[in-house]
Amino acid sequence: MKLTLKVWRQKNSNSEGKLVAYDLDGISPDSSFLEMLDILNETLIERGEEPVAFDHDCREGICGMCSLVINGIPHGHERQTTVCQLHMRHFKDGQTVTIEPWRSKPLPVIKDLIVDRTALEKIQQAGGFVSISTGGVPDANATPIPKQVADVAMDAAACIGCGACVAACKNASAMLFMSAKVSQLNRLPQGKVEKDRRVLAMVKTHDELGFGNCTNFGECQAVCPKGITLDHIAKLNRDYAVASFKNIFGGVK
Amino acid sequence: MKLNSKIPSGPIQDKWDNHKFSIKLVNPANKRKYNIIVVGSGLAGGSAAASLGELGYNVKCFCYQDSPRRAHSIAAQGGINAAKNYPNDGDSIYRLFYDTVKGGDFRAREANVYRLAQVSNNIIDQCVAQGVPFAREYGGLLDNRSFGGAQVSRTFYARGQTGQQLLLGAYSALNRQIAAGTVQMYNRHEMLDLVVEDGRAVGIIVRDMVTGEVERHAADAVLLGTGGYANAYFLSTNAAGCNVTAAYRAYLKGAGFANPCYTQIHPTCIPVHGDQQSKLTLMSESLRNDGRVWVPKSKTISEKIINGQMHPSEVAEEDRDYYLERKYPSFGNLAPRDISSRSAKEACDDGRGIAHNAGHNGVFLDFAASIDRLGQPKIEERYGNLFEMYERITGENAYKTPMQIYPALHYTMGGLWVDYNLMTTIPGCYALGECNFSDHGANRLGASALMQGLADGYFVIPFTLADYLAGTVGLANAGRTATDTEAFNEAEDAVKSKTNKLLSVNGKQTARSFHKKLGQIMWEYAGMARNEEGLKKAIELIPQLREEFWSDVRVPGENGELNQELERAGRVADFLEFGELLCRDALDRKESCGGHFREESQTEEGEAKRDDENFCNASVWEYKGPKEAPVKHTEELTFEYCKLAVRSYK
Ligand code: FES
Repeated sequence: MKLTLKVWRQKNSNSEGKLVAYDLDGISPDSSFLEMLDILNETLIERGEEPVAFDHDCREGICGMCSLVINGIPHGHERQTTVCQLHMRHFKDGQTVTIEPWRSKPLPVIKDLIVDRTALEKIQQAGGFVSISTGGVPDANATPIPKQVADVAMDAAACIGCGACVAACKNASAMLFMSAKVSQLNRLPQGKVEKDRRVLAMVKTHDELGFGNCTNFGECQAVCPKGITLDHIAKLNRDYAVASFKNIFGGVK
Repeated sequence: MKLNSKIPSGPIQDKWDNHKFSIKLVNPANKRKYNIIVVGSGLAGGSAAASLGELGYNVKCFCYQDSPRRAHSIAAQGGINAAKNYPNDGDSIYRLFYDTVKGGDFRAREANVYRLAQVSNNIIDQCVAQGVPFAREYGGLLDNRSFGGAQVSRTFYARGQTGQQLLLGAYSALNRQIAAGTVQMYNRHEMLDLVVEDGRAVGIIVRDMVTGEVERHAADAVLLGTGGYANAYFLSTNAAGCNVTAAYRAYLKGAGFANPCYTQIHPTCIPVHGDQQSKLTLMSESLRNDGRVWVPKSKTISEKIINGQMHPSEVAEEDRDYYLERKYPSFGNLAPRDISSRSAKEACDDGRGIAHNAGHNGVFLDFAASIDRLGQPKIEERYGNLFEMYERITGENAYKTPMQIYPALHYTMGGLWVDYNLMTTIPGCYALGECNFSDHGANRLGASALMQGLADGYFVIPFTLADYLAGTVGLANAGRTATDTEAFNEAEDAVKSKTNKLLSVNGKQTARSFHKKLGQIMWEYAGMARNEEGLKKAIELIPQLREEFWSDVRVPGENGELNQELERAGRVADFLEFGELLCRDALDRKESCGGHFREESQTEEGEAKRDDENFCNASVWEYKGPKEAPVKHTEELTFEYCKLAVRSYK
């Protein structure tokens, strides 16, 4: 396959970036998108140019490291597919493909296609856990959990933390990302105990970090490679409303 | 090098309890005075960092990804074993212990494996308490399945994403400690050397991968949870960034490296598609519960299938060779990983492979019979996500056309030698999880990697580390921060000069192309089957390749910036040395055992033949210098509880 790539090149976080065009030939339709970029990089190095920096690791759609906007869509046009799992057979021979980094204020570009996702970490650190330490916990079967509850918690827990939802949102909201953790933990008996303080702390941090509000466009759900749905945002909103209400009366410590 | 395994005395059931009682403790108020470094944030490193932080230690944790949640433990699909015996089917700690020792082909240390089985139950309790959404029955209790040929159902799972869920559990515990200030997290930092002073590990040298700055970090103890070395083979199921650098650097600084030749090749991966391939993808082994493995009986039919003249479903029953069912009637398609992998290779070497790649290396995993018997919806319910993943990668619908699979490098059982306390031969330097050699012997059973990583991090190191801190380091010297010493200077200089050297060769070939060439040598001569001649050849070829690397590699860019090629080149340089060590070990171990198959040592039926007389031991390699050959030491293994027996799955 032959392709024309337009790739975002940016030396570092302080410099201006621009799209640079590259022609590439001999790509196998069985290659993955990242394998195609590997080949681009090999060619660039051989020509004495700097390769394109991009994040990736597992290359099997689970670590959440890969993060490219392809022709304007985070992770590209295939539904529920991370870019590392996207294969070249879904592109046309001779096609022009634009490759950009996540674009969102709270996730600034570090270099080329790599962004800084520290802000997502901070949201998790604010409350994405159950406050128990190692040891001294009850037997795993001590608390039965209805299968439906466990299944929905698992749906939410499938989030890979890539940040595509933020990149897709015109408000740069991380609500889908945050709701996945809140929805998982707040519905399980183990996490329910501190559900109010969790949701308050996470939302507060989310807002402080400059992520925007959710205005229900659903772009996040459309690009989520793991099929996390808006239902979890609804759950987050409900839990947040309840917690805020209790908080007015000083109930949440 | 002295190998003192420090196995506690007493009956195996009591060893761990006795040990916990007899080792030293650090008083709760004094814990915050000690500084601990944890390298790696996967199941082993992440759970260790979190648990030590909870106890009050001052922890610094390092990972090369942009978040600790991305460590490659996340990709484990199948499940985690524990001896809970919830299904009431005869499981016990003793049985899990026995199965693990036997599965490892009697090349693991009994005492360690027993402890692993003991704490396996705590792990499940811990994970559930963290909110890990394991699969459940309608009654609300945890569901178990049988996995990887086990005769009992002891595997807990969270859909096909067990590793992800367990890692996110450890990650959440880690986040809690980061927020509490007991753990300082260093993302996008790569460890490039271990600092050893007066014979003890006192810190590490890291490179900030964003700024290129080389930093020194001191501590009272250094814990490595840096994973395995499967990427020495270039193509493996490991993540692209997985590397041996941290462990190899520790080896260069005096840590013994045990059994590097024990590698696990997983039978159910998607075959190579061509030479643009960058990694291989594993399909969960659970597929073998309902899929039948076969190749055509004749080469002619194989050729027709490859050329598209015949659809696999058109091959008549009598023209198919269900080779696992034929050779291992009682285990059939569920034969252990090493055996299944070798059989696939045999079939393909025989010219009956059916994949489109160069060697036609691929066999069928066929669900047609199960679909007939159970209906497609049942198969969809069981494996829907795997079939989807398969289609995403190959573009083929496995409900209609049988899947193609082929073995690939997946896990490495060898690693840094550790004693019962998980300490390497360098005092103060510990190795946890896949990074150490201790629990899986020569072959790891399915769903045991997650168990070991978490056992080491949650339930072993928090106790055993205290012994060293309270005993050897001592309160008077606790809280090391000094980095202005000769040992740190030397280590930092060495790191910087290696970096400069890499950047200054300015040759013609990319680091990646060298990695690929190394991978070809490794797979060819130290892959599924090994022999003396081939291994000797590899030991000749690798140094040549290494020389070529250092005279012709091209690393663009500079040090003082984010430079992925520089990162890669540094890792490849270490693989180019480590690969040779692996081959030397494979050459030295003349027996076959588990994942290590020496063609010279097989039974008449072509099964692995152990040599307990000469090799009932762990080989531990000591680095002797750049021009010297490494020296082998051995730790003799004794089997008091599991009788040495031929591992038969007929
Ligand atoms: S590289 Fe891991 S999800 Fe894409």
